[in-house]
Amino acid sequence: MPTLYSLWIVGRNGGLLYSRDFVQLPPIEFNDKLRLASSWFGMCGISAQLSPVPDSSGIQLMQADTFDLHSFHTLTGTTFMLLTEPHTPDAAELLRTTVYELYCDYVLKNPFHEMDQVIKSELFDQNLVERCQAINRRWGVGA
Amino acid sequence: MAMLSGWHRRMCEEDFKLMFGLFWSMRALATALDPKNPTKQQMGAPMRIGDGCSFNSFRTSSYKLHFLESPSGLKFVLTTDPSVGSMSEQLQYIYASLFVELVVKNPLYTPGEPFLFEPFSAALNKYMRTLGLLS
Repeated sequence: MPTLYSLWIVGRNGGLLYSRDFVQLPPIEFNDKLRLASSWFGMCGISAQLSPVPDSSGIQLMQADTFDLHSFHTLTGTTFMLLTEPHTPDAAELLRTTVYELYCDYVLKNPFHEMDQVIKSELFDQNLVERCQAINRRWGVGA
Repeated sequence: MAMLSGWHRRMCEEDFKLMFGLFWSMRALATALDPKNPTKQQMGAPMRIGDGCSFNSFRTSSYKLHFLESPSGLKFVLTTDPSVGSMSEQLQYIYASLFVELVVKNPLYTPGEPFLFEPFSAALNKYMRTLGLLS
């Protein structure tokens, strides 16, 4: 069953700015989250460097046994990570449009927000969870 | 790295180390993020081959890397165009029917050492052609 599991946002220096689960997941300790986020940031850099052809971007999608990890790198260097069930359709598109738009509207347009600072916007949180859980419900997944 | 063919850029020793590190941390990341396994080991604890959640492939804007780890820890890496679908079965075939038959059963093969066996390369090329991945 297609499911959106969680969204993480990683800043320009590899720090974790935001993380949110959309369904019940096995908990990950906060320190481990920080480490995972920064190692993902590093892996994206290394994969671009190791590319067999010139001019590669960072990782856009990683497929593991039990999940897909979609990653979207904005032009300014922020990284969005979306963890989904394998073969969840349109996840990359969702990241590029819906999630990025919400981020721009509720986080970047907030005059009190500073780049690469932890995201503590309630409106962003509410809207994001609402949209993503609506998508999950459409696929028949409860919160 | 036991065998390498068809990279567009010259790879140096440093690159192989980087690649090994990349796969190692990817597997650690996949195991830590695994949403289906509620009983997780602590992050960074040593993992045995085949433990936890493995990754099958990743894709960037210009290439896709397919990955298979054999039960003995040999890693099979295939890089393709990003539009290519899942190659897990094909990698499994390369491992089970080509590598085991033509390399492991070759008396000149020393495990862990680089090798260059004509029959294996030829069979691999032929197989890649039948998949339509090599012109």
